[in-house]
Amino acid sequence: MLRVCLKGANAAARQCLCGKVAAHPLQHCRRYTSAGDSGVSAGKIVAASLLTVGGGLGGTILYANWDPKFRSNVEKTVPYSDQVFGMTIGPPPPPPVIPIPKKPAKVEPLQISSVSEATKESKQPKKEKKAKEAAAPEKPPAVEEAAAPSPPPPPPPQTIEEASAEAAHILSAIGEVPSVPAPGTSDQTPAEAAPPAAPPAEAAAGECHECAHHEPALKERPAEEVTALLAAKDKAEQDTLASLSSTLDETLGSSANVTMAAIGAQEAALSAIAVHTQKLKEAMDAEGAPDKKSAQWRALEEALDQRSRSVDEAGAALLRAKDELEKLKAVINAAKDSKIDAARPQVLAAEENLHNMIVDLDKVVGKVQAAQSEAKIVSQYSELVNEAKEQFQKELDSITPEIKASWKGLGKLSTDDLNSLIAHAHRRIDQLNRELAEQRVREQIHIETALEQQKLEHQKALEQAVVTALEHNREEMRLEQQKKVEEVREVMEAEMRTQLRRQAAAHTDHLRDVLKVQEQELRSEADETLKNKMQEQETHYRRMTQEQLDAFTLDMNAAYARLKGMEESIDSHVIAEEEARKAHQLWLSVEALNYTLRTAGADAPTEPLESAAAAVRESCSDNEFAQALASALPAESLKRGVYSEASLRARFSDVRHLARRVALIDETRNSLYQYFLSYLQAVLLMEPQQVAPPASLNADDLDTFKLLSYACYSMERGDLELAAKLLNQLRGEPRRVAQDWLNEARLTLETRQAVSLLSAYANAVGLGTTQAP
Amino acid sequence: MEEEYGRKWDRCLADSAVKIATGLGVGIVLSVTLFKRRTWPVAFSAGMGLGMAYSNCQQDFRSPYLLHGHMVKDQ
Repeated sequence: MLRVCLKGANAAARQCLCGKVAAHPLQHCRRYTSAGDSGVSAGKIVAASLLTVGGGLGGTILYANWDPKFRSNVEKTVPYSDQVFGMTIGPPPPPPVIPIPKKPAKVEPLQISSVSEATKESKQPKKEKKAKEAAAPEKPPAVEEAAAPSPPPPPPPQTIEEASAEAAHILSAIGEVPSVPAPGTSDQTPAEAAPPAAPPAEAAAGECHECAHHEPALKERPAEEVTALLAAKDKAEQDTLASLSSTLDETLGSSANVTMAAIGAQEAALSAIAVHTQKLKEAMDAEGAPDKKSAQWRALEEALDQRSRSVDEAGAALLRAKDELEKLKAVINAAKDSKIDAARPQVLAAEENLHNMIVDLDKVVGKVQAAQSEAKIVSQYSELVNEAKEQFQKELDSITPEIKASWKGLGKLSTDDLNSLIAHAHRRIDQLNRELAEQRVREQIHIETALEQQKLEHQKALEQAVVTALEHNREEMRLEQQKKVEEVREVMEAEMRTQLRRQAAAHTDHLRDVLKVQEQELRSEADETLKNKMQEQETHYRRMTQEQLDAFTLDMNAAYARLKGMEESIDSHVIAEEEARKAHQLWLSVEALNYTLRTAGADAPTEPLESAAAAVRESCSDNEFAQALASALPAESLKRGVYSEASLRARFSDVRHLARRVALIDETRNSLYQYFLSYLQAVLLMEPQQVAPPASLNADDLDTFKLLSYACYSMERGDLELAAKLLNQLRGEPRRVAQDWLNEARLTLETRQAVSLLSAYANAVGLGTTQAP
Repeated sequence: MEEEYGRKWDRCLADSAVKIATGLGVGIVLSVTLFKRRTWPVAFSAGMGLGMAYSNCQQDFRSPYLLHGHMVKDQ
């Protein structure tokens, strides 16, 4: 470098002296050459001067290449030199970039603040939520209160409705009475017409009671039900009536037929008996020819057969008729039991028919019996006659045994026989006369007895007839009575209906009045009840609201207290977080400061720590300790930055080298010769590069070279402080040489110390503000 | 500070070079003009230049706290 310097200096000297100097050697050279020496010397001189100039130029260019300042100087002073330089060594280097102090990471503190702001913002929604929750409980109580008054109003109107419904039912039920026939039987009094009206009313009332809690629209239904029921009843009645009438007609028809048949049979029997009797009589009385007699007897037998047959038939028919009549009676009784009013005329008619049939049947039976008795008499008579005849015949036979019983042999009889016969006949006539006289005598008695018997029988028959007639009469009377009763009943019913109508009207009016009164009463009662209930409800409601208010107040107080507590805790949290944030910020700024310490280049200092220190100061504005520390940073480091240890170490070698070379120089001996000597010493003196420094220095150790070795050792071990301390012991020129380095080292050490303190402090604070989970 | 030393030496050398050269030149001139091409003016003025340079160097080295200013030309 020195040689280059030499050359450069040479060239610079030459250039500085410009044309004045440059010209001279040439002039001299020219003069020398023009003075007249040989061309060799001139050539030599020219060559030498050319060489010199070329060397000068080359030297200048080289030096300009190496030293941009020199280059700029030359460019300024010598015109067109910049072009020459541009052609030979390229464009001038760009001016060194002055590092602009950058803004340190202020973004990081901002981030922290935004986080805190976010936490602040999160506080508000919680507050809002609390307000909403407080508002929500207010709503359900209001809803409940609205629901509470609604149940009480419905019950009171219902009672009124019930009463009115009842009254309406009763009215409607009674109003329907005229249209509904009183379903009573024949023997019931009109008084029972009311009870039947009452049961429907009661039923209706019962139904009203049942349907009271239904809506008013259902009021019409019970009346309709009643009509429906009545209609159903009517229909049922009609059905039964129809069935009854049909059965009645049937049985009537059948019984009529059978009775007719029976009567016919009886008539036939009667006629047969009459015929038979007639024939018998004829057979008895008639003294016709024997063949006629036999024919008569035959006819008689036939008639007898006929008679018996017809009598049997009549008997059977009579039985059948009696059965049928019994049936009819049963049916009529059933119809009577069914108690249907409309059937009564039919029933009556049926009864009449029955009665008639019975009467006819009895008549016919009586006729037949009379005929039969007459026939009996006639048959008895015929039997007697036959007996007499047989007796006479026997006698005749006994008297005249020879005469065989044959009236035909009468002409052949002898006089004895005839005399005996006449004597027998006389005797017989006497006997018969006597018998006749006896008979006459007895006749009276017999007649009397017979009469008596007859009378008795007659009496009996009369009685029987009377009884039957009485029965028939009674029956007729009964029927008539029933008819009359029916008529009367109808009339009475009609009258009853009118009366009932009147009564119904009166009842309606009365009911109306009563209902009005009742309504009034009930209304007043209901009003009172309502009032009471309302009052009750009011008090209850008031109590409930009060309770709710109290509960609510309690809740609110509790909530408020909790809110307060929460707020306080949040505040304390916020404070703690603020502290933490500050600590964090401090720590971050200290970290930034630390980082800036590391931004030192190889030979360049770090960035000025101004901004980082400012950030640190900002972040610990309320902390005196940190403020003090932050302000303790040396100004130079703030403005210019500090060097890194590596650069210092690198520099140290230079310092050491230089310090060795000027080791002998101090204030007293500082001539150039000394410089040369010290340089020689440095060259010749060999000392170990690194020697471990002792724990304490003594006077021997204050030798430059030793100190330098110690310092080198410490530097290599990274102990800048010790090295600085050691170098501080240098004296004289080495000290001056090392001064700058020492200053830098001191700066660095100071800064580092301050920064490490700050960092430790920030860590401590950060740890302190860390909240235990 | 270490550079200062180097700079000093640079200055010193430059200065000495200039001075010596100047002395040489003056010596040559003088020798040529006044002293009939004797060598002794050359040596003398070169020596003078050297001496001046030496003295300057020494002075420079002895006054470490003296700053060297720079002329700034307005251009």
